[in-house]
Amino acid sequence: MVKENGNSDQHGRTLSLRLRVWRQNRGQPGHFEEHFLAAVPETASFLEMMDMLNEQLIREGKDTFAFDHDCREGICGMCSMTINGMPHGPLPGVTTCQLHMRNFRDGETITVEPWRARAFPVLKDLAVDRSAFDKVIQAGGFITVRTGSAPEANHTLVPKQIADEAMDAAECIGCGACVASCKNGSAMLFVGAKINHLNILPQGQPERERRTLAMVKTMDEAGFGNCTNYGECQAHCPKSITLDVIAKLNRDYLRARVKEFFSSTGKPSKGGE
Amino acid sequence: MKLESKIPAGPLADKWNNHKAKLRLVNPANRRKYHIIVVGSGLAGSAAAASFAEMGYEVSCFCYQDSPRRAHSIAAQGGINAAKNYQNDGDSVRRLFLDTIKGGDYRAREANVYRLAQVSTSIIDQCVAQGVPFAREYGGLLANRSFGGAQVSRTFYARGQTGQQLLLGAYSALSRQIGAGTVKMYPRHEMLDLVLVDGQAKGIVTRNLVNGEIKAWASDVVVLCTGGYGNVFYLSTNAQGCNVTATFRAHRRGAGFANPCYTQIHPTCIPVHGEDQSKLTLMSESLRNDGRVWVPKDKADCGKPASEIPEDRRDYFLERKYPSYGNLAPRDISSRAAKEVCDEGRGVGQMVDGKRLGVYLDFSAAINRLGESAIRERYGNLFDMYENITGENAYRQPMRIFPAVHYTMGGLWVDYNLQSNIPGLFVGGEANFSDHGANRLGASALMQGLADGYFVLPYTVTDYLAGVGLSGRPSVDRPEYKAAVKEVQDRTQWFIQNKGTRSARSYHKELGKIVWEKCGMARDKAGLQQAIKDLEALRADFWKNVRVVGSGDQLAPELERAGRVADFLDFGIMMCLDALSREESCGGHFRTEYQDSGEAKRNDDNYAHVAVWEWQGENKHPVRHTEPLVYEEVQFTTRSYK
Repeated sequence: MVKENGNSDQHGRTLSLRLRVWRQNRGQPGHFEEHFLAAVPETASFLEMMDMLNEQLIREGKDTFAFDHDCREGICGMCSMTINGMPHGPLPGVTTCQLHMRNFRDGETITVEPWRARAFPVLKDLAVDRSAFDKVIQAGGFITVRTGSAPEANHTLVPKQIADEAMDAAECIGCGACVASCKNGSAMLFVGAKINHLNILPQGQPERERRTLAMVKTMDEAGFGNCTNYGECQAHCPKSITLDVIAKLNRDYLRARVKEFFSSTGKPSKGGE
Repeated sequence: MKLESKIPAGPLADKWNNHKAKLRLVNPANRRKYHIIVVGSGLAGSAAAASFAEMGYEVSCFCYQDSPRRAHSIAAQGGINAAKNYQNDGDSVRRLFLDTIKGGDYRAREANVYRLAQVSTSIIDQCVAQGVPFAREYGGLLANRSFGGAQVSRTFYARGQTGQQLLLGAYSALSRQIGAGTVKMYPRHEMLDLVLVDGQAKGIVTRNLVNGEIKAWASDVVVLCTGGYGNVFYLSTNAQGCNVTATFRAHRRGAGFANPCYTQIHPTCIPVHGEDQSKLTLMSESLRNDGRVWVPKDKADCGKPASEIPEDRRDYFLERKYPSYGNLAPRDISSRAAKEVCDEGRGVGQMVDGKRLGVYLDFSAAINRLGESAIRERYGNLFDMYENITGENAYRQPMRIFPAVHYTMGGLWVDYNLQSNIPGLFVGGEANFSDHGANRLGASALMQGLADGYFVLPYTVTDYLAGVGLSGRPSVDRPEYKAAVKEVQDRTQWFIQNKGTRSARSYHKELGKIVWEKCGMARDKAGLQQAIKDLEALRADFWKNVRVVGSGDQLAPELERAGRVADFLDFGIMMCLDALSREESCGGHFRTEYQDSGEAKRNDDNYAHVAVWEWQGENKHPVRHTEPLVYEEVQFTTRSYK
């Protein structure tokens, strides 16, 4: 929605909202709590609206809602709310922190939940534990290069098209909306993005197979589900990463398994270290 | 306080190589016997932790975020400088060094800056090898672009997300070590104290943010890479969690804090929209290449839509005041000019607190000249972001921008080895003070963070450890650790039990307003004295009336916030004291009493030094010490952009 004139003397619309927010302590069952919040400026971001709610709770002497957030400019990947059933809310291609209240109606009821996925247990209220993502990266989401041993940067030629494609995949912010939106709780979009970033670059070739096998193995062990092509992840990814990274992940995984099977040593790769 | 800069002797260009040749080493087989604590996982912290582990040391790394990949280095947009001279346009290590010294308004340490320029080229090599997808030419070679404050193209970039890609590179190196078991990573841990044993830094105290556990950790050396203090202003472009607590706790244990008054205000941010705002968003400086900055000539026009203000009633004030640089004048100068016209009542946009704080950044001329699609290609993502936040379409009406706090040049004092005045306490990245003087050039923050982490700390920390010897680190059962844990526990309990009336956020907002008004883009003696009084009163009120809800054994954002605001209150007073005692204008520090018709007037005779503050105890003013800045090769000149 575009305003024709952002220069008026008015502060713009304010909203009164009925909020249903998930309350949960670590290791215990959770429930929805209902709160009313008035005079929310439409210029506020969704997280600023949550700040207002928390300030209201402090005035009432009640515990605030814990939620993850940090940069508030859509790049750190920490914010993680499911708003009216949609990870990061109703707008395509934005994180929760970049969602603004002008996208909601006065008097609306808004339901706010944490990411819901087996691999992301709730820590408190709206904050979940996403360390499974870190474990997948630790298993192989890197190019092995010790500090100081890198060759001169321009010795490796990277065709512009490849560099751009790698960058498209590398835009992933690791927020986990793909997992939260998937019926299966699959992390294939996240893993596919990292595989696509590293596996297509010339620098990533020496570890291509072991990286793919190790990351997929760790992903499976962490409790993420499999991809059955619903495409919800693509619809909710705040960085608009597309399903073809999953197709390419599948292709690279098959390639790695075949190579492993026919490897000259005859020993299966263990993947990772 | 002993402040030995330990700058090596010899010609500037040879200092680092000569010094490295003299630094002591640790035998590879012995390295695993040393434990290094790294606090912070941004560019400097991740790079240092990964490099130490690759060398064979036992490393523990702590960050407050849920993953090391989220540190605020990730938000840097523009790029990273390096003296590769790939463009054949006359760049060199010496040129990068000179630009950085001049950009810092001659208040940085010469030898450190030269080293930064020297190692800049290795950083690009390292990042490319890690798979950082820098922009490329069609031939497959690396592309460059130009950036403010330089006449050469030396900036490497990955779209508008250079910081993200560099951090993901360092994070991947760190992750490899975590996977290999050589780094133990502790996310959602906040450092709340530094532990000294026999005057040396030998560990830290942390709070586990998930379960509230307060714990001491012993180590042979502590490396702080915990970022800057921009959030003292409440509203800044920093992430919400960025705080001064780690460095300030070290300061309270005796570490000198250098030049806290040097803060950088970035001219192109989206203006404040209301009282409940939590964050200011930067719009890349590159927009000033095609946008023209203006306000109405007449106050009466300020409430009208831009389209109703004819050309002859517009004041293109940057082009008027700085004809040769125009809309591309440096950050500090552009910021101050915008503040001036808004103070005159000629600002545009919404009224907030009875003022209009915004100026137009108008692309209509560029759109008419080049076509909308050309502008979309250059800045499409920024225009989208602007529309997301403001609801306005900048292709059809001018953007509104206003300066915002962005980066802090001051930090813990360090010597040439990046060691603070506390032996065993090293400081890297934005958390130290040494390389940017009174103003930082664009695309230099990423360079400095990675230079410290990859190519300086691994050498200098090794030298320190070689001197410590293998006598073994102290046991965590020693009274020093227990006492520090007790102090942190008591403070935490106090917050939880104090049944006050005001939220920590409300104090933070008030603190931010005071320092923004009195110690922001323009400062003067009376204002700073008033600010110190106001802050002392606010601090006293905070320690009576702050209200923290929640319990200490779960995620407790209000408890975290209260601790950080408490340190920001003490820090804010020190920042104002520093601004008050520096009776000159330089870079980001502009004292209205010291100017030549609006331009900063340095006083090199009396203030060519680093101001270093020493903690004196609760509710006492810190004491000021100085380290003279000795320039062996550079001549002082006055910056002019007219």
